[in-house]
Amino acid sequence: MVLKVMSANQAIAEAVKLANPNVIPVYPITPQTTISEYLAKFVADGEISAEYIRVESEHSAISAALGASGTGVRVFTATSSQGLALMHEIIFAAAGLRAPIVMADANRALSAPLSIWNDQQDSISERDSGWMQVYAENGQEALDSILIAYRVSEDHSVLLPSMVCIDGFILTHTVDPVDVPEKGDVDKFLPPYKPDHAYLDPKRPMSIGTFTDPNYYMEARHDMELALEGAKDVIANANAEFAEIFGRKYDFIEKYRSDDADTIIVAMGSICSTIKDVVDEHRDNGEKVGLVRVRVFRPFPTEEIYDAIKGASNVGVLDKNISFSVGGVLHNEINAKMDVKANGFIVGLGGRDIKPTHISEIIEKTKNTTKTTQWIGLNKEEL
Amino acid sequence: MIEVRFHGRGGQGAVTAAEILAKAAFEDGKYCQAFPFFGVERRGAPVMAFTRIDDKPIRRRYQVYKPDYVVVLDDGLLEVVDVFSGLKEGGKVIINTSNGVETTNGAEIHKVDATGIALDILGVPIVNTILLGAFAGVTGAVSIDAIIKIIKETFSGEIGEKNAKAAKLAYEAAKKG
Repeated sequence: MVLKVMSANQAIAEAVKLANPNVIPVYPITPQTTISEYLAKFVADGEISAEYIRVESEHSAISAALGASGTGVRVFTATSSQGLALMHEIIFAAAGLRAPIVMADANRALSAPLSIWNDQQDSISERDSGWMQVYAENGQEALDSILIAYRVSEDHSVLLPSMVCIDGFILTHTVDPVDVPEKGDVDKFLPPYKPDHAYLDPKRPMSIGTFTDPNYYMEARHDMELALEGAKDVIANANAEFAEIFGRKYDFIEKYRSDDADTIIVAMGSICSTIKDVVDEHRDNGEKVGLVRVRVFRPFPTEEIYDAIKGASNVGVLDKNISFSVGGVLHNEINAKMDVKANGFIVGLGGRDIKPTHISEIIEKTKNTTKTTQWIGLNKEEL
Repeated sequence: MIEVRFHGRGGQGAVTAAEILAKAAFEDGKYCQAFPFFGVERRGAPVMAFTRIDDKPIRRRYQVYKPDYVVVLDDGLLEVVDVFSGLKEGGKVIINTSNGVETTNGAEIHKVDATGIALDILGVPIVNTILLGAFAGVTGAVSIDAIIKIIKETFSGEIGEKNAKAAKLAYEAAKKG
């Protein structure tokens, strides 16, 4: 293993190079832009044999990705925030047409107010689309998650697109040591994509994406639900094989010092690294505090999360998103799907920095479980 | 853990400096992390960048509020940003300036005429690599050999050579004190 210091955006681009897609339609947007730049360079330098399509918008990027995927080839695209929002129409179409596209989303706040900084509102707002979603904690996991995403999306029993979400700036522009796997190992884990039957080929004409009357629409949507739930087994197998080849073990969730914890914090993405440091501090003070990091958000790992948190007296869920008048989405999904009363905390919207003191405040407030939602880190003078 | 905060203006290379420092520390066998905080995305706007260096993997991902060292690429920022904010006791501040600088909180200030060195050797007022040379000399937190190696990796050819030379000059000046 040779570690190299790089940003998560570069790590994603390295993963894409290893996955060797045939078509890369991408439109730049902060903080995703360097992904599109690295990939353009790889293509220009002949390091990837892909067709790099410089499109005029994100709607075109995902449309081109869907069209290319419809011909039965491997496709990659990447976006962020407003770009993902502009893709919204085709995001749903891509999942419904069962196109195994893999996309990186550099998590960034949605306008208005206009912000280039991180939260997870953009991808969370696409949660009902049928895409799988993974939230990476660091650059290494961003890289690895792209490879696993292709493996799962392209499985013939799944055929749903995947979104690998990385926190804008906090990961996209942060450099730290990353292991870029050997091409030979990646080829073992991720062989070239061979479409099963539904793809466009002039020698075997067919239509994809036709009008569907009420006799068939529900069945198509029901199939998506079955495929997304069924993807759990495929993900588990892919994770196991990934660990065997690369020595890094991923799961639907990560439990950090949570097995005997009275108080458990649940969160997604890069903030979990800071939370682990804060959990260690509280453990040093004799407090039984732990973290459950939700890594795979779709399909939603209900059983895994419930098993991890059911023994705790107090559960606090962090959300870098807000479903107005309802609260954080992860918080509400946990309370809806499980026999728990978790507190919700809205944090880090629009790049508001989350400090260890905020995490400690959340841990204290979690100890009084009332199932409510609280906003942490607001400027007091503006309240 | 050593935490460093860079203050610069958009386009001056503060972010690149933070990354070169992280990569150089990694070259020295340490773990590292570097990341930027942009105000607005345009040239001239105040920018911060951060580097963390430690003997073990670094997890925390919030901004640096209590730096061991601060590097200021543009002394004009002293009037608009509190570059001394949160500086640890015994912390050091390296400032690109040819003027006098008043210290606050008893911070140890190291003045470097990086713009002068840059104009002399590089022919352009780009000071980030020079301040990294001074940083290595003042703090000893990273080796000058690693800084030079990463500068040459970051900037190819003649530009890399000139930047390495300028960094070495600033390093030696800082060692002399």
